[in-house]
Amino acid sequence: MTLAKKRAITAYVFLALPLVFFIGVRFGPMLYMMGRSLTDWSLLRKSNQFLGLANFAAVLGDPVFGKAMANTARYALVGAPIVIALSLAVALLLNGIARGKGLFRLIYVLPYITPVVAVSWVWRWMYQSPPMGLINRLLGALGLPAHAFINNPKEALYSILGVGIWVEMGYCVTIFLAGIQTIPQDCIEAARIDGASESRVLRSIILPLLMPITFFLAIMEGIQFLRIFTPVYNMSSQAMGGPLDSTKSAALYIYQTAFTKFEMGRAASASLILFAVIMVVTLVQVRFFDKKTNY
Amino acid sequence: MTTDRTLSRASSYALLTVLALVMVFPFLWMILSSLKDATQIFKPALLPSHPGLDNYAAILLSKGSKFPRWFINSAVVACCTTASVLFFDSLIGYTLAKFSFPGKKLIFLLIISTLMIPTEMLVIPWYALSRAFKWGNSYWGIMFPGMISAFGVFLMRQFMSTVPDDLLDAARIDGMGELSIFARIALPLVKPALGTLAIFNFIGNWNAFLWPLIIASRPAMFTLPVGLANFSGEAGSDWHLIMTGATVAMVPLIIVFLVFQKQIIRGIAMTGLKG
Repeated sequence: MTLAKKRAITAYVFLALPLVFFIGVRFGPMLYMMGRSLTDWSLLRKSNQFLGLANFAAVLGDPVFGKAMANTARYALVGAPIVIALSLAVALLLNGIARGKGLFRLIYVLPYITPVVAVSWVWRWMYQSPPMGLINRLLGALGLPAHAFINNPKEALYSILGVGIWVEMGYCVTIFLAGIQTIPQDCIEAARIDGASESRVLRSIILPLLMPITFFLAIMEGIQFLRIFTPVYNMSSQAMGGPLDSTKSAALYIYQTAFTKFEMGRAASASLILFAVIMVVTLVQVRFFDKKTNY
Repeated sequence: MTTDRTLSRASSYALLTVLALVMVFPFLWMILSSLKDATQIFKPALLPSHPGLDNYAAILLSKGSKFPRWFINSAVVACCTTASVLFFDSLIGYTLAKFSFPGKKLIFLLIISTLMIPTEMLVIPWYALSRAFKWGNSYWGIMFPGMISAFGVFLMRQFMSTVPDDLLDAARIDGMGELSIFARIALPLVKPALGTLAIFNFIGNWNAFLWPLIIASRPAMFTLPVGLANFSGEAGSDWHLIMTGATVAMVPLIIVFLVFQKQIIRGIAMTGLKG
């Protein structure tokens, strides 16, 4: 046996178990689910009837799913731009200061690494009605009217979204800051010597050079908010996505369909619809950004 | 000009400090609330009038409390998956970086493309799989989806490609076996990357919620996040106990965070710039 052949065999031996894993736990289950989304798959009855696209039609015709998708769109369309704009501003501020940069960044990252379940309950506690809710007490002290926050169908989604933004900010700030530090300083110095104002340096050098990172974050955060589940589960009463389905996300809808109603076939089609939405949004963003970042 | 600079710097610090307070205050409030008793918790005072650890005793030491068990479950799950990820991801990364064999590109693409499949979707077939094999309410059931991480493969392949080939060939000439070349020569050279991967996996698995929520139905098999969600849902207005539970769930992470802050920040920055 040649040496090259022997080494190829070693490689296959090393990769055998991992390949079994990726096929058995990733691709296999995905294909299985695609197949079962066309059947009346349920954990309550023993039947496996082929339904064609009936599950998809049922999900798309379900007003609750429509509501959940609209909510999900709101989480992503409001959440991602705010967290990116805010983080960019904070990263620029941080970059401008001489001392304490590391400490501030550390504090901002804290919510990102702590369990979302735990912080969701902390915020739920702070959102309580007066007199126990801390935020309402603060509003009261400032002479502002009290809010129901997570108990008001008009405010609940944004109250939960606020926590999502609070969690994701540390991640985005860290990435922006790392990006700003890769910008060559002599470029900025040269512009200053040529008499460019600080705002001109920002507009013409720093922001354009941060475009690729901004786009990367737009994609990552878009996906993150489209998949939002844990804060909604923990901050809505009885984990139902209420009040009146006003906070229910697509992921929560899928979870409820599959694991409280046990309609697996229907849940499988709903999750494929969500997956398709995520893919399309990501691809559209990639196309759009490719055009914008090619100088 | 200089006063302008000083002024803008001062306002930067002011803004950043206000924001830092917003980021950190919920944690302080959580800890303060955990030191209050059932009556103090509804009083307007910020600080507890008689701070005490009774809530911690109730959560950690009382007979009926499942928190200690959940704590152990989370620790087992986070440690085992991290050990598995470290071994397999570095082995796969090493193989993909340092061997040439037919199908290498395809295998790499296959692994990387799984990054695009969201967990929310896979939990449904995973659950069916677990039912078929009777993996429900077991550590293996909670852990199996996370035993190898595609992102880790990507990371380790990058770092393994920096290991010099001459070193590996020299070891081969000395008659070392392939597995010990990997373990004794390549692995020590990528220690920093292993550290980052370990920390991220530990955090990710400690915090994981959706899959453990689905697969563990017996309270004895809950992980801390699932247990906390369940406990809090049933605790009603016992906010002092909910906040104590939340603190308990966070403590290991805050310790990991404070010890490994540099690696964590570097790791986050790495995911961003490599993506």
